This record gives sequence, structure tokens and C-alpha cells, in this order.
Amino acid sequence: MDSVFTIVGTTMTIHLPEEIDHYTSDRLCTEADRLVLRKHIRCIVFDFARTEFMDSSGIGMLIGRYKRMRFMGGTVAAANVGERTKRMLELSGIGKIMDIYEGMPS
Amino acid sequence: MQQNEMKLEFDSRSCNESFARVTVAAFMTQLNPTLEEVADVKTAVSEAVTNAIIHAYKRNFQNDTESAADKIWITCRIRDGILQVEVRDDGCGITDVKRAMEPFFTTEKENDHSGMGFAFMEAFMDTLQVESSPGKGTCVCMSKRIGRESGQVSVPLTNRLLETRG
Repeated sequence: MDSVFTIVGTTMTIHLPEEIDHYTSDRLCTEADRLVLRKHIRCIVFDFARTEFMDSSGIGMLIGRYKRMRFMGGTVAAANVGERTKRMLELSGIGKIMDIYEGMPS
Repeated sequence: MQQNEMKLEFDSRSCNESFARVTVAAFMTQLNPTLEEVADVKTAVSEAVTNAIIHAYKRNFQNDTESAADKIWITCRIRDGILQVEVRDDGCGITDVKRAMEPFFTTEKENDHSGMGFAFMEAFMDTLQVESSPGKGTCVCMSKRIGRESGQVSVPLTNRLLETRG
């Protein structure tokens, strides 16, 4: 599972890197947004399984993708969310606007 | 009493964000911190350095690899079990510091900024002070006592964030 994006039908899973900061998220968002348009993606799953560090850039990345997907009638979810990431998502209110899973949604 | 100090100067480039937080994390290991405390400090440093890069010096995806004369300075001090981190830049400065520190406030909503930078610094450190004025750069000074039982987010702040959000 080396690739960053897995696409099945209209669902795209983004396997997030170990460290999510402004440097990594900027590059990831550009590529993700391009794929969403090209592959007609309607659901994005952010997979945090590998993630060990995140700052508020990660929150910006999630909110930005949420807004775009909602505009197109799609959905966004966060999966394999660890204790610390979960706390940050709760502090920023993201838990209220998207589904957060400790494991992987089926 | 254990005392120590280090200074760091580096170019304002987003690839240095991880270098900065890892260096501060390495410096604080002498205080024998918990993993939680290290993660708290790394997050706070990352927020402050990112702000300096993207707001103070207006670096972005396009101009990030251009040669950079702009510098960011970090000073870390350890005194009586307290880690003090100062992140300073020589950039454009902040017009309204109080407003900039409000959770969810951002000058660039279209660029996917969450407006949570200062809120996270406040949440993960014990103290936070910001000195800035337009054209005079910004200095973010934060501190945290290391080696306490828990490094939990302060309850009053969590409540304040929840209220702000409505």
C-alpha cells in the first residue's frame, strides 16, 4: 500500500502521510482536487492509519475538501483516527460535520 | 537548578517546518518529557513557524522554492522544568493581534486555512504571548511546564473553543 490514493468507483481513499503539516498538506490537496474532478469522485475517505503528527494544516485540508465535496453533493469521512488526531478534530468542530471512524468504514 | 538555552536560524521555507519542530523536540528531551508533551510542543512550534512562513513572509506553493533571504529565529530556554519557546520573524507583522488570535479567524479562507493556529498553540502550551505590529515582525513566546502528570488540554480553553464555535 505505497500509493497515496486508492480509487474504487466514485470513492477515493487518501492514505495520509506520517506527518501532516502545511508543506505536506498543500501538495496533497492540489493532487486530490485534481483527481476528484478527473475521476468524478463523490466520496473522500481520509485514512489516518500512518499519521503520527498533524497540525492545524490538517484541519484546513479536511474543511477545504468537505466544502468542495458538499458543493458537488458528495461526502467526506475520516478513518483510522488516533486519540490525538481525534482530540484535534473535536477541538476544531470537525466531528460535527463529518463522520469520524476509529477503524475503517465498511 | 537545570538551565539551558539554544538558538536556531533558518530560511523561511515550508520544508523547514518539520526541521524546526523536530529540533525543538530533541532539545526538550533533557526534561524527560512524556510522548504527549513532545507532541504538544511539536504541534505548537509547527503552528508558529507555519504562520511566519505563510503569513509574515507570504510564502506559498508557487514561490516556496525560490531563494529565500527571509529568516526565522527560534530561541529555546529551559529553566526550572519549564520549556520556553520563542519564534520570531522579520515579516509583515499583524495589524490586530487580538483578532488574529480568535479561534477560526483567518485572512485567507479560500486557501483552506483553518484559523486554528493560535488556538492550538494556546491549547497545547501553558502560556502564549504574541508581540507584533505592522512592518515590525512578530514574536510568539510560549512556555510549558514539562514533567507534570498529564499534558491535557486545559478545560477552560476547550470550553471556550466549544462556545466560540456555537
